[in-house]
Amino acid sequence: MSAVLAPSGTTTVREAIRDTLRGEMQRDSRVVLLGEDIGAYGGSFAVTRGLVEEFGTERVRDTPIAESAIVGAAVGAAMGGLRPVAELMTTNFALVAIDQIVNHAAKLRHMFGDQFGAPVVIRMVNGWGQLAATHSQSFDAWFAHVPGLHVVAPSTPADAAGLLRTAMRGEDPVIFIEHSRQYAQKGETPESDHLVPFGKARLVREGRDVTLVAYSFTVPMAEAAADRLAKDGIDAEVLDLRSLRPLDREALVRSVSKTHRVVCVEESWRSFGVGAEVSATLQELAFDELDAPVQRVAAREVPMPYSKPLEAACLPAVDDVVAAVRSQL
Amino acid sequence: MVFALSPHTAAAPNVVASAVPDLDAWDVYRAMLRVRRFEELAGQHYAQGRIGGFLHLAIGEEAVCVGASSVLQPHDHLMTHYRDHGWALVRGMDAGRCMAELFGKATGVSGGRGGSMHFADAGKRMWGGYAIVGGHLTLATGLAWAAKVQEPGTIACVVFGEGASNIGEFHEAANLAATWGLPILFLCENNGFGMGTRSERAAAVPDVARRAAAYGMPAWQVDGMDVRDVAAGMREAVAFVRNGEGPAILEAHTYRFRGHSMADPELYRDKAEVEVMKERDPVARIGAELRAIDSARVDEITAEVEREMQAAVEFAESSPFPDVSTLEDGIVARADGINPSTRSSR
Repeated sequence: MSAVLAPSGTTTVREAIRDTLRGEMQRDSRVVLLGEDIGAYGGSFAVTRGLVEEFGTERVRDTPIAESAIVGAAVGAAMGGLRPVAELMTTNFALVAIDQIVNHAAKLRHMFGDQFGAPVVIRMVNGWGQLAATHSQSFDAWFAHVPGLHVVAPSTPADAAGLLRTAMRGEDPVIFIEHSRQYAQKGETPESDHLVPFGKARLVREGRDVTLVAYSFTVPMAEAAADRLAKDGIDAEVLDLRSLRPLDREALVRSVSKTHRVVCVEESWRSFGVGAEVSATLQELAFDELDAPVQRVAAREVPMPYSKPLEAACLPAVDDVVAAVRSQL
Repeated sequence: MVFALSPHTAAAPNVVASAVPDLDAWDVYRAMLRVRRFEELAGQHYAQGRIGGFLHLAIGEEAVCVGASSVLQPHDHLMTHYRDHGWALVRGMDAGRCMAELFGKATGVSGGRGGSMHFADAGKRMWGGYAIVGGHLTLATGLAWAAKVQEPGTIACVVFGEGASNIGEFHEAANLAATWGLPILFLCENNGFGMGTRSERAAAVPDVARRAAAYGMPAWQVDGMDVRDVAAGMREAVAFVRNGEGPAILEAHTYRFRGHSMADPELYRDKAEVEVMKERDPVARIGAELRAIDSARVDEITAEVEREMQAAVEFAESSPFPDVSTLEDGIVARADGINPSTRSSR
């Protein structure tokens, strides 16, 4: 089913994730999937479609609508020797499992003196689309705040596959952030056994005048902004963080040492966000390299409204990125 | 007295059994006395400032962990709430290393990272004491799931207080366990109080066993002050679960003689009530019974346990604190997430 949607040599993010799940399930019989409607229904975003037919209902487990049980059972099963991948239909629903994620998954290894960990992957989906206040959020920075978690958010099929494979073969809990608007995005077909290490940003595009820091769905936005700026002779570098915890601080410093200007683009609320962390990191580690204050492009600080023009006004866009860059020059 | 509640019924419980002729009274006496003395000494050293944080003593509740452990197998998964000292000891964890954990020492069972509420020994499948009320119940369903997939015949036993039955995670765990037919025993230590709130004031149906009907599970109720009754109920409940028939609840009615924690002024209950309950002290009762049979042997066991527990305190006191240079060790296995053993595994 994977070859149907994308032309030869390219793959969608959705296919990359599905193919990686399939490959790891074939490779390791301990890998199990669980989540709401991931089996017979095929997954809310069709990521797991076809897997239950291939691996059966014991390894692709539909669950009750009970996120605390989904994450808790996944963590406990990981302690007991399985390699679970839990799907939370959207990031918003992770909030009712926050006790399992923060108080349990993130704590086990250290709190019990490094006797055991929780090798579990928790996939969750950011996104929006006139879904209103409780279905349009992202909490990347919340999770990235917590020691004991890895937090990754790919923007390409290759990174989705490579980061997911690392997560599934690792020894600790991983928050794997997907985006509903990126599933159909195409890119180069991932190498079949490639592992992307956590904590390494990807240099998407080299430039001399300004660094656009982005991750997940804001990477294509930053690339579009860079294209626009290039027409005006502004040479923007684009850095895809890929991993929020650990954060690749070296890559940030390296880039700002070259461009001396930074705009960070994120989809969540501005205050206390990823951009705040990037900005603080740069003033701590590369203060003398900065020729302008770090700019943050982020969502407006309101609960997401339903109405289309209001929603659009909340979200960061290419225009905002371009404007932020111009304000620095 | 063991009561059994059938699935799909909330009717009055029936008396089914309580005889456990092969339970060795000397063994259970020694086991209960070990727990009792460990905790009494812990309480003393807490009062003297050598132990910090929270210290929740289970003094009065020893019959539950000892009676239950006489039935559980070493390969069974065990997970408990934060009142976990007794469960760790009956699981075979070393008293010295447990005491060292209370003292915050590097030799502690959790390396001084956990303290009183977080004793664990992965090698003994004691997956730890947990301190968020009810939070471990869903974790335990995961252990049971792993057992079902990988080790038929192994069960998970999760211990919780009746207070945890009022939080949402109890429902999510019970429903998942029953829906998936998981081999898990929900063992409720009902000591009558959620911290300082009597269970009647916090639960519409204070008997946790009766809630089993909502999940189509069988349930047993036992006298948690009587080690034989606990063992008898456990045998039936564990047999059901081990047989692959799905989850079950066992509710042991018990009583703690000390406060919720060492900080508890106990304003919410009469001292007279505690004194009445102390007449049912599970350790003293079986001790008196055995003294009538062989007083010298009781003295011998008492002395042995005392020596072990004093040695545990000496071990804890003489152990070093964790080196501060190790502070950030063991948070994640590797920062880059790469598991070296799987890097080129295909």
